[in-house]
Amino acid sequence: MIECRQITKIYQSGAGDTAALKDVSFDIKDGEFVAIIGPSGSGKSTLMHILGALDTPTSGQYFLDGRDVSKLSDDELADIRKNKIGFVFQSFNLLPRATVLRNVMLPLVYADVPKEQREAQAKVALKNAGLDGSHFHHLSNQLSGGQMQRVAIARALVNNPSLILADEPTGNLDTKTGEIVLETFRRLNQEHNHTIILITHEHDVAEHADRIIHIRDGHIIADAKNGKRHEIIDKI
Amino acid sequence: MKTIDLFEETSLALLANKARSSLTILGIVIGIGSVTAMIAIGQGAKNNIGSSIQSLGSNLVLVSPGMQRTPGAQVSQRRGSAQTLTKEDADAISQKLSLVKAVAPDLSSRYQVTAKGTNSNTSVVGTTADYPTIRNITMADGNFITDQNVRSLSKIAVLGPTARDDLFGVDSNPIGQSIRIKNIDFKIVGVATAKGGNGFSNQDDMIFVPISTAQQFLAGNDRVSTISVQAIDQASMTQMQQDITDLLLSRHNITNSALADFSTMNQTDIIATASSVTNTFTALLGSVAAISLLVGGIGIMNMMLTTVKERTREIGLRKAIGAKKRDISRQFLIEAIMLTFLGGIFGVILGWLIALIIRQFASIAATVSLSSVILAFGVSAAIGIIFGYYPARSASRLNPIEALRYE
Repeated sequence: MIECRQITKIYQSGAGDTAALKDVSFDIKDGEFVAIIGPSGSGKSTLMHILGALDTPTSGQYFLDGRDVSKLSDDELADIRKNKIGFVFQSFNLLPRATVLRNVMLPLVYADVPKEQREAQAKVALKNAGLDGSHFHHLSNQLSGGQMQRVAIARALVNNPSLILADEPTGNLDTKTGEIVLETFRRLNQEHNHTIILITHEHDVAEHADRIIHIRDGHIIADAKNGKRHEIIDKI
Repeated sequence: MKTIDLFEETSLALLANKARSSLTILGIVIGIGSVTAMIAIGQGAKNNIGSSIQSLGSNLVLVSPGMQRTPGAQVSQRRGSAQTLTKEDADAISQKLSLVKAVAPDLSSRYQVTAKGTNSNTSVVGTTADYPTIRNITMADGNFITDQNVRSLSKIAVLGPTARDDLFGVDSNPIGQSIRIKNIDFKIVGVATAKGGNGFSNQDDMIFVPISTAQQFLAGNDRVSTISVQAIDQASMTQMQQDITDLLLSRHNITNSALADFSTMNQTDIIATASSVTNTFTALLGSVAAISLLVGGIGIMNMMLTTVKERTREIGLRKAIGAKKRDISRQFLIEAIMLTFLGGIFGVILGWLIALIIRQFASIAATVSLSSVILAFGVSAAIGIIFGYYPARSASRLNPIEALRYE
């Protein structure tokens, strides 16, 4: 359960203050599949950083599972990321010289999961992300882009987070593999009830989600579910 | 994050960059290796000097004429240039003092010595029958001077092995032949075994004659140049030294001990002086080697800074999936410590090999002691911490958002 209350983020620089987010409020319920869409500079990356507990808002409140995350220290934020959030990045960010299994187990190392459990947990996550056992012991830099992104998804899943945040997950993939990755998210949402937030600037990517939040110049300008999504997409 | 995971992450990171890791380790290996070897050589030299001083004799106090004792300079004054001690002083020490085990006066001077066409400038020591016991001299062939020889002013001589080699040829047996000192013939009755030289005088390049003969025919007076006094045990040495001083002061009618016309030297003092010289020498060698260790440490820091830069995105990712500052800084600190620690292990092995070679070829008893091994490990770990701290701290302070965007 995500509740954002009047979130404002102001970046200070020599040229003066710039507000990346202005008074943004919305809720996302457990099990939702949401796309946050907007052009570059709209504030969607800033929103993603705040939702991902990588950054805190200048003012306003962000409740994740009932806890106010907006005023926490660096180490407390690290704990939130460790236990509640799984990230999927545009450029995968896998450890290149480590095996697939090792990459997926990495979050469990920081979460102090006992060694014996890690491999089993990682294998389940890899299967759920749609990767079969023949790749588990390959080095991650021997995989194709689509496979790499599914390893990254498995890494995001492995610790059963409340929220999976995918930042332009198809940005480095061709259309076909991009579709496969998006189908994976869809399946994880439907079959395993994972809450997924997709950050993108492409409306055909956003179309895969059940709900679309359109953001521009730091404001939410539209927020629509299911059938009404097309009203947003048509406007873009 | 568990410690075992930390070590696993670290080893994988180091193995991923084998060439760079091993070259960086090499810097530490050379540093630790040379420090270990230099300390081993210094210790060896110290032991060598110590044992050759011990070979002078044990529990020894040497009484020399006419020089004021000044601390730290006992070793090299003009012994024998003043003539204030007599054989009677030696006899008095032997008879009146209870802590004395044996006394041997000697009268030493350098003379040109000839034998059958060869000649050698060597030290001729006039002494008594007790001299070999006090000064640890053993006989290879024949006999030493006897009390009878001293009483009857016999013109006999005992050769040190070097003097024998110079005058009669290496390993010859000159017993029964004669040598000429100041135009007087001395019949050779014995040859001493070799003791090896030391920093002060070569105890093998000597010729021993009866002290009475030396006084009468060579020096022409009844003075002695040293009285060697052996104490009954090591604990009585200081007391005995005091007793000798008191006795000789009263015999020479001197009331103020600062004006004494003789000096006494305790063997322990000589060893202390020699040790301070070798300690300085060791410190000098060690500090030169320490500079190479410092350079090795800077190499570690350089590598760690490069690593942190290269792995910025990895650090960003680790932070995104829940690594705390502490986890990141520990990981990089342990990487640095592991490098220096491995360097320490190989460095100690290298130092030990150098010490072994020195011992084989340079006759210095260089040994790597346990304490220097522990010191080497301590220092290498400390270098890891010191030079790894800054790179580790900068890694831990990276902002995850910027680190993930880093190209």
